[in-house]
Amino acid sequence: MKKKILQADNPVTEVHDLTVTYDRKPVLWDIDLTLPKGSVIGVMGPNGAGKSTLIKAMMGLLPLASGYVKMFDEKLDDVREQVSYVPQRGTVDWDFPALVKDVVLMGRYSKIGLFKRPRQSDKEIAMDCLRKVNMEAFAERQISQLSGGQQQRVFLARALAQHADLYFMDEPFVGVDMATEKAIVDLLQEMSAKGKTVVVVHHDLQTARQYFDWIVLLNTRLVASGPTKEVLTDELLAETYGGKLTLLNEVSQEIKNKEFPNREE
Amino acid sequence: MNDLLIILTASFVAISCSLLGCFLVLRKMTMVADAISHAVLPGIVIAFLLSGSRDSMVMLAGAAAFGILTTFLIELFHLKGGLQSDASIGVTFTWLFALGVILISVFAGQVDLDQDCVLYGEIAYVPIDLWITKSGTIMGPRALWISAIVMVIIIAFILLAYKELYLTTFDPAFAAAIGISTTLWHYLLMSMVSLVSVASFESVGAILVVALIVTPPATAYLLTRELKKMLILSVIIGVITSVGGFYLAYALDGSIAGAMATVGGILFGLAFLFSPTDGYISRFRRKTNKAAMINALQE
Ligand SMILES: Nc1ncnc2c1ncn2[C@@H]1O[C@H](COP(=O)(O)OP(=O)(O)OP(=O)(O)O)[C@@H](O)[C@H]1O
Ligand SMILES: [Mg+2]
Repeated sequence: MKKKILQADNPVTEVHDLTVTYDRKPVLWDIDLTLPKGSVIGVMGPNGAGKSTLIKAMMGLLPLASGYVKMFDEKLDDVREQVSYVPQRGTVDWDFPALVKDVVLMGRYSKIGLFKRPRQSDKEIAMDCLRKVNMEAFAERQISQLSGGQQQRVFLARALAQHADLYFMDEPFVGVDMATEKAIVDLLQEMSAKGKTVVVVHHDLQTARQYFDWIVLLNTRLVASGPTKEVLTDELLAETYGGKLTLLNEVSQEIKNKEFPNREE
Repeated sequence: MNDLLIILTASFVAISCSLLGCFLVLRKMTMVADAISHAVLPGIVIAFLLSGSRDSMVMLAGAAAFGILTTFLIELFHLKGGLQSDASIGVTFTWLFALGVILISVFAGQVDLDQDCVLYGEIAYVPIDLWITKSGTIMGPRALWISAIVMVIIIAFILLAYKELYLTTFDPAFAAAIGISTTLWHYLLMSMVSLVSVASFESVGAILVVALIVTPPATAYLLTRELKKMLILSVIIGVITSVGGFYLAYALDGSIAGAMATVGGILFGLAFLFSPTDGYISRFRRKTNKAAMINALQE
């Protein structure tokens, strides 16, 4: 099996010998990786590869069959406040009686503390984050009255409002239009320049090259982890997406075209 | 005066139930409340047998313990046994309720309780059952005091923990991710449900507790799109239900608990038909308006 697993010089998070099983069937097998601080990181792989599972396992939302995870060199429970999470959109009831601004404010809860009420400053931060995802006009709307892409942006705003140092985002761009996606990626890259780390589950190989500094390729086992240039190769992609060759040929063609691009933008 | 005492007791119970009910409805867990309100019976009987008195504090403790046991068993069968959650609720509470019924019949001589009273309650007797302190002062009806104290506890709980309850209800995964324990809040909420069930089992009975937990919040849900407003509306609807139910029972000379559940059902029906946002009629109007528009466009 082809593999390329590089270690980060300045790791923000480390995963050691991680195995996760559902009903004794392993969905992640012996994952060992480090992710660099201050970068935008893509996690890619086919459906069912275990991308969401990896994120949930790293966030401590699932029991681990073996292995451990460290963040900022500490146990996760000691640094939760510095870590934020954007779940896959389908996980909540969008008919819930909540306004957009209330959902974004939830991002502040870990900063506010138990039993205390949100302060004015928390509300301002929430509005500010809504502005960043271009949704301030929708602050007073009920969340069921949003389109799928707008709901996704509300989740993003909520994570931003947490002012964390490490973000995990599970397919944050599903249903988001290209212009907004581009604006949000710019924002993420800006954040990474300030030393924040963003881990994004992403499906689009074409945009991956521009978006990410570092890429993790996953298919139950870890196929690759390293700087984008070294990891996005035909061989490693074939290993990850195995089988689906016709599709892959198209994809690698696409990537070759990008390698000698006539960049106009 | 007696009427007022009954109405007050019923309203206090309605307020507690409606507030908790909002979170249960949104968590899609109203059937757990149904289960708890029945399953506290053996706890009450055992507490009664052990202490030999109807001392409310002992009974509250016994019932709360069984409420938590019920919650725990439901989770256990569902998560560890792989049973569907509705089946696991059904198994747990019928068994526990049956245990309570058997305990009552075995110790019939010693237990001054009967299962009809647990199911239907006897709110009409509220004014008769007085709380008399050791020094002999008459404090007023026992049920009134208990329901008032429980209501204060529930209101304080929701005011204090509003944002934790809100988040763990809406998005448990995010709550867990930022370190708010969903299990802890689940159990706290269920303990509150047990508390309300016991505190009201004698006065309004298990069936009305369930009606008050489900119906006012469900009605409020149809009328608003904001949790805070849903809580407030639900309280108002709960109080209307108990006051209206009392007078309906008075007019018909019928069961008070039955009349209250009926009024709750009527209010729900009205909201279902006439709610400006979600009502059947406004939806129907929107549909016909649209049809008219399409017709007009085609002509
Ligand atoms: N709750 C669960 N119980 C049992 N199996 C599960 C559960 N959740 C996921 N799986 C299985 O685990 C594997 C990995 O799932 P996961 O959701 O992590 O995939 P993914 O890479 O995020 O896929 P996608 O691209 O579709 O989001 C899949 O084979 C899936 O069927
Ligand atoms: Mg996924």
